[in-house]
This record gives sequence, structure tokens and C-alpha cells, in this order.
Amino acid sequence: MAEHTGIGASVKRKEDARFITGTGRYTDDINLPGQTYCAFVRSPHPRATIRSIDTSQAREMNGVVDVFVGADLAQDEIGDLPCGWLVKSKDGSDMIAPPHPPIATQSVNYVGEPYALVIGETPEAAKSGAEAVSADFELQTAVMDVATATQSEQIHESVPSNRSYDWELGDRDATDAAFEQAAHIAKIDIVNNRLIPNAIEPRAALGSFDPASESYTLYTTSQNPHLERLVLAAFVNVAPEAKLHVISPDVGGGFGSKIFVYAEETAVIWASARVGRPVKWTAERSESFLADAHGRDHVTHAELALSEEGEFLGLRVQTIANMGAYLSTFASSVPTYLYGTLMAGQYKTPAIHVEVQAVFTNTAPVDAYRGAGRPEATYVVERIVETAARELNMDPSELRRRNFIRPDEFPYETPVALTYDTGNYEASLDRALDLAGYSGFAARKAQSEAEGKRRGLGFSCYIEACGLAPSQVALSLGAGVGLFESAEVRVDVTGSVTVMTGAHSHGQGHETTFAQLVSDKLGIPFENVSVVHGDTRRSDYGLGTYGSRSIAVGGSAIATATDKIITKGKKIAAHMLQSEEENVSFDDGIFTIPDSNESLAFGEVAFSAYVPGNFPLDELEPGLSEKAFYDPANFTYPAGTHICEVEIDPQTGCTEIVSFVAVDDFGNVINPMIVEGQVHGGLAQGIGQALLEHGIYDSDGQLVTGSYMDYTMPRADDLPDFTVDTTVTPCTHNPLGVKGCGEAGAIGATAAVMNAMTDALGVKNLAMPANPETVWRAAQGG
Amino acid sequence: MVDLTLRVNGKKHSLSVEDSSLLSETLRDQLNLTGTHIGCDTSQCGSCTIHMDRKAVKACTVLTAQAEGCEITTIEGIGEPGDLHPMQEAFREHHALQCGFCTPGMIMAAIGLVNESDELDGEQVRKGLDGNFCRCTGYHNIVKAVLDAKQRM
Repeated sequence: MAEHTGIGASVKRKEDARFITGTGRYTDDINLPGQTYCAFVRSPHPRATIRSIDTSQAREMNGVVDVFVGADLAQDEIGDLPCGWLVKSKDGSDMIAPPHPPIATQSVNYVGEPYALVIGETPEAAKSGAEAVSADFELQTAVMDVATATQSEQIHESVPSNRSYDWELGDRDATDAAFEQAAHIAKIDIVNNRLIPNAIEPRAALGSFDPASESYTLYTTSQNPHLERLVLAAFVNVAPEAKLHVISPDVGGGFGSKIFVYAEETAVIWASARVGRPVKWTAERSESFLADAHGRDHVTHAELALSEEGEFLGLRVQTIANMGAYLSTFASSVPTYLYGTLMAGQYKTPAIHVEVQAVFTNTAPVDAYRGAGRPEATYVVERIVETAARELNMDPSELRRRNFIRPDEFPYETPVALTYDTGNYEASLDRALDLAGYSGFAARKAQSEAEGKRRGLGFSCYIEACGLAPSQVALSLGAGVGLFESAEVRVDVTGSVTVMTGAHSHGQGHETTFAQLVSDKLGIPFENVSVVHGDTRRSDYGLGTYGSRSIAVGGSAIATATDKIITKGKKIAAHMLQSEEENVSFDDGIFTIPDSNESLAFGEVAFSAYVPGNFPLDELEPGLSEKAFYDPANFTYPAGTHICEVEIDPQTGCTEIVSFVAVDDFGNVINPMIVEGQVHGGLAQGIGQALLEHGIYDSDGQLVTGSYMDYTMPRADDLPDFTVDTTVTPCTHNPLGVKGCGEAGAIGATAAVMNAMTDALGVKNLAMPANPETVWRAAQGG
Repeated sequence: MVDLTLRVNGKKHSLSVEDSSLLSETLRDQLNLTGTHIGCDTSQCGSCTIHMDRKAVKACTVLTAQAEGCEITTIEGIGEPGDLHPMQEAFREHHALQCGFCTPGMIMAAIGLVNESDELDGEQVRKGLDGNFCRCTGYHNIVKAVLDAKQRM
């Protein structure tokens, strides 16, 4: 029997054949004849006015082709880098987005901000040239502390109090009233530490210009090449969309950081026309640290009101979110619509009020990083719930269970603007308790204590909202783009299939998952389906991959287009079998007239569509190729329970994660192997945030953690084996019943780890990352 | 500039390189062996791991000129579709890769680790691979793959 390759099978990945043999094709692997190399000159200061820039010495150097400053881009009317989501403040005013020229002109506002670029014959010539560029800076006082940024010196002329917006969600009065009824109020003050994404492939761009057609080609490390093209065309003014071809080939991880439209690819594509030769830039890791958009960086105070019985009555949250020096592409949406909306968690908290101030500091821009707002929300909710349980002396799993939205209460409208379609939170909690051996924890803790160790266990019952949608709701809330996804299912003459998707794979395995989906629906061999992505001239306009949207939105688009293929196939088959369309059924690759022995294989119908001898040309166009643009009716709501168990050595401050259990509900799953892999990777990043990672600027504005010598990336020996499992409540509003899995690990894990750490140490609060020094100090009593 | 002969994946190449050229750069830029990836500038990430005389080495820590006379093997030299190295097979079977960027270096490091180890358990694999970053997999499946490949090698 053939290997099962359909929906639900752990099919080995198609894309692996090139990745394990070293024949993947990443942006830096691509070279064009006559190409030059670009090096950026970056600000050494966190905040300064640019009095003048001296490029004369660089221009004289061997191998330097040209040197450009921001004024050169301005002369060609290259526009500012936009922020694509307009958030409104409480008072109805628009957020303030300060001007963000790709190459700084008047001032620099974070260390690493580019203010000139040097084009060289070789990478070395470009770098040497960049070192020879100097600027006369008038230094200004840098604003480095997010908590006091609104009272600090004003960074941007257009932004009083360094505040982009002051946003709220929920009912303040109802929440205040709930607190008046409270028998107990739990309070926490937490910092969600700044992270630096660190995809292992550094960002890169290779731009070229064809003067004959006045068109540009840009190879770049983007999670969403169509969005890159749209922004470069419509906002930055490089060229009309039709004359801008963006290709995002194999991309070595993104985690959000490759969603955004950055200065570097903007400058590279523009410069390719100026120098009349292709221009290539590949980030050094130090540039990735300085100039990739960072993640998280919130300071939050939260209060949870509970009844005597432990019923949640109200939640209030006040957050200051660090935007860095400018608003990056989607920065404004992260601490608002992807954060405040998640504050109900899995619970029936009836009244919630969230306030978020987004402030500027002289640091790299902060934007979406794996989970984007939802990890921060989960951290608030799950830390305060755990804190409340401890203060009320209740079992934390029971306090959660008591407040869960029950399966019969869906669809459930939360007080923070979302309607959850489905879920079964107790099912994942119970499975996780079982896998974690919860009933044996007390004995294990006693054993650890007998050995001079501290053992703790922490929960995180997270929820997330994936597949950001529907377009009209998002647009009404300030989104600058639609949030559908495109698909084209192109049946070849001989019955094999090519699928074009607007989603982009940078590790997610779409070439496999989407092929499974189509081969399952069409009943054709998995090997006969190829998936194409990452090229604006091959796929229809699509929105790319982020926010765990690929299967829920992109997969649904593919499913819809495939259904159209089947519908047309039935019409063709009806003609060929001399019957009516409604009499034709399609199953497992065969069109049949039930109760007859007449049937046609999918390939026969496909052939007839392209060689239309026996074909109803008077009713149907020839060919068999269909498109779909799928706009979801709602978000999807993956949810689950993570349980972390740690053992701490109080003498050294070293922590061992002795067990990590994740039970997630992703709805239906197409490829369990790939889904488990996504969970593992997310958990590693969530655990990394809790125990290891921290992007630190010193008070002078220098990035202290600017290399792998200083920024603690999770290594193999920092992490445990994971125990992962799934429960299933299918999504009710998309054709596949799928929810998405890419971010869940990173969303759930951090709170579980920190709840375990604080449990082990017997402290209410512990700063992230809980590295050995922090843990040792806490173990010694502060 | 230095003129030298490099022996890579069993083939000889006569090259002229800058004195300061790193082996990682020469493999990529002159020999077009782009499976060797560059992920950092401090020899931390391990994406450029190759073999010199059967030992796993980060190619960014070697000047090209130092590599003359050595037998160099890159990811392109250990197997190909239809005739994969057991470590390549194991990575695929255990889904030990996602974006694929760290994968060549990880596979070369893992082969080096297995070649040098009589016995290996999960903890030793984790310690043995701590010079190679993977941001996608959380290492869970990499450990499984290496332990499985050890049985097959």
C-alpha cells in the first residue's frame, strides 16, 4: 500500500532535499553579472543632529563606486518608511508617526541607524569606504528608559512627550465597578524584556535595474514579497508595482523580523539605478543586532479582581510599550490589536480595561516578533492568574478551571472585542496535567528539597488569535492593507498540479503541507503537486506569512481554489460521460456517475480541458486553472496548556527545566510532524525569553548585547526534550477547520517557565531573563 | 594575494585569494559552494561548519591559505539525492530542519561529533552541538536525528 500522504499524515518534507544537500538558494547565494556591494555607514550615537557628512575621502578610495547620503534619496523623491497600521488614541486623535527617512538626513535616533551608503566593487572596498565616511554630529541627550520616556527630553519635533499614542480597550467604568465588588485583588508589575529576533540567515538584498524597461528586480529576505513591493512602490516611491519584481527565495527564518520594509533594501534597490549595476548587501550579524526590528519591551502594571470563591471579576492593565526610535512597518498594531484584545485569555473575566501608551526611545525600532503582542498578553494574564492562585492559596490549575469559558459557551464574545468560535480548554489542561505527572509533583518537590534544590511548577493556559482578519474589520481598526490570501491551483495538461500561493515559507514547510492538502482533495499523488511562492510575478498579490496565518488563510485559499477545480472538473466529466453535472461525484481522484460503471480519472478530465476534442466549448472555457482570494470571517483561536517544571540549584543559580509539556489545540492538523516542529521551535524561543535572552542598551545608548558573545541565544544544551500533544476542536469558520500553530510555543512558554521559577524560589516576581545571577540573588533572598 | 591549490570534495582547485580571505568566503565566493552558510561574524553560530581532514571546523575560523594541503569536505561533498549520507537521511526523517539555513553546518558538526564519539546519548549530543545555533527547531528533533544517524553510521 502506498504511503499515506494526505491530510493528517506526517509526510517528510519536499523542501528538505535541497536543504540537507546544501543546494538551497538563499538571497546571499544569488549573484548577478557586474554586481557591486553596499555597505552602510551607521550612527555610533543614540541621538544626534547631523551637521554635515564628509564623503570625500571615501570617494577617493580604490574600489569605491559611489557614496550616497539621505539627501540623494530625497532628491529622487524616495519617501519615508511608513507604518502600516493607524492606531487612534483614547481622545480619538491619530497616533503620531515621526518622519522615518530610510537614510537619516537631519538626525540620527538610535545606534546603528544608517546615514550613508557606500557602493564598492567588492564587499571589502565597500566596507573600507564606509569606514572612511565621517559626520559632524551634535550630540543630544538620549532617551533610554521606556518607563520614564514620556517625562524625558523630546526626541522628535512632531511627538510631544515622546508618545505615539495613548490607547485603550474595554469598559473602564464596568471594570472599576468590578473592582469595587472584589474580595481579593492580585497585583503585579512586570517587564517584558526586549528580544532580538536572530533568524540565523541575516537579512540581505540584491537589487538590479533594467534601463530599457525602467524596471527593477529585488531579491530579498522577506516574509511577504508582495507587501515589500507594495510599500516600495506606493509609499517609498521606488517604481510602480508593475515595474518592481520582488523575489523572496529560500529564506532562513524570519520570526517576524523579515516582515518589515527596512532602510537597507530600499536603499539597495534605489542605488541599483543610480550606479547602473546590481547592488548587493548582506547584513553582518552585528548589523542584524543593531538594525533588525527588536521584539517585546513592555512595562506593565496589572490588577485582577476576584470574588471570595476565586471567580475573576475584572482585569485592568496599564502598559508602556517601547516603539524604539521610529514606528516600524506594523509596530503600532502589536501592543494594541494583537495585545489588548487577548486579555480575556481562556477566561470568563466579565470586565476588562487595557491602556497602552506607545513611546519612543533612542533604540532600534520594535515590531512584531514571534507571537507579536500575544506573548506579552499571555505573560500578563498567566502571571497574574498564577499570582492570584498563590495569594488565595488555591491550586493554580483549579483556579483556571473555575474560570474557563466552557465548551458549550462558544461562540464567546469577550469584553475586549474578540469572538472566540470554539475551544475546549479543560481538555488540554487535563491532558497536560496527565502528561506532566502533576499528582506526583509534591513528592518530586520534596525529593529536590531533600537534595538542597528548589523545584517549581508553572502553568500557562494561553490563547492566541491567528490569521488576522477579516479585512473589513482590520481596515476599520486602522490596518493599511487587506488581510486575505491568494491562491492559484493550476492543473497541468497531464494532470499534475502547480500551486501558487501568496503565503511565504521560511521554514514552515509549505511546499509539503500545501501539496498534501491539494493531493488529498484531488486524489492525485503527492509527488505530482508543486508549490510556488515568494515571487511577485508568479503568485497573485498576497499578504505573506506571519501571525500563524499560512494554513488558516493561505491554506483556506488553496482549498477554495481546489474546490473550484473540482466543480469545473465535474462539468467537464458530465459532458464526457454524457450526463448532467449534478449526477457526477468526485472522490479519490475519480469522477463517477453513481450507480453506473462510468468513471473518469482526474488526469483524463485535465487532459480533455487542454486538448478539448470532447469538451463543452460552447459552455466552458478550455483549461483547468482556478484562483481564490480567501478573506476569513474571523480570527482563529488556537489555545492550550503549557506546564513547565524546573529544578534550581540555589548555590549556583543554575536552572534545569526537568519537564516541559505543551498540549495545544490547533484545530485540524494537516502534517503533525511539521506542527510538532513548529511547537518545539516556539517553545525554544519562549524559554529563551524567560531564561536567557535580553536585548540591553546601556544608559549611553549603546547596544551592550550586540553580538553572539553577549546575547544569549538558546543552545542545544540549554533546552530540554519537549513533551507535546494536541487536542482538537476544529475551527468553525474556515474550510479546513484549521487554526495555525506557528507562534503558540513562543506565546505559551514564557509564562509557564516564569511561573515555575517563581514557584521554585517562593518569590512573587522575578525579572526576565532569569539567568543564573538573577536566580542566585533571588535564592539568597534578594 | 596568495596562489594555492585547495582540495575540496575530492577535486583540486587552483586559486588566487587575498591573504586575509576566510575559507568560508572562498568556498562560497570562488568555488560557488553556497551550501556553506555564514550566519555571524564571531564564530559562534556554526552555520559554516565543514570538515578539514575529517574534523568538523568552522570555516570562518580558517584562513584559506591555511587550508592548503588539507582534505576539505563541505555539505555538497557528503551525499546527494538518492545517495544521501546517513546524517542527511536522519535529519530528513526526524524533521530536524525547518528553514534549512543552519542545516549544512549542523549536519557537518553532527557527523564530526559522531565520528569522534564511541558512545553518544542525548545529553552528549546537546553538549557536542553547542557550537551550532538553530533558531527554528528548538534542537529536539536534531538530537533525535543525530542519535539515529549514529546507529546507521
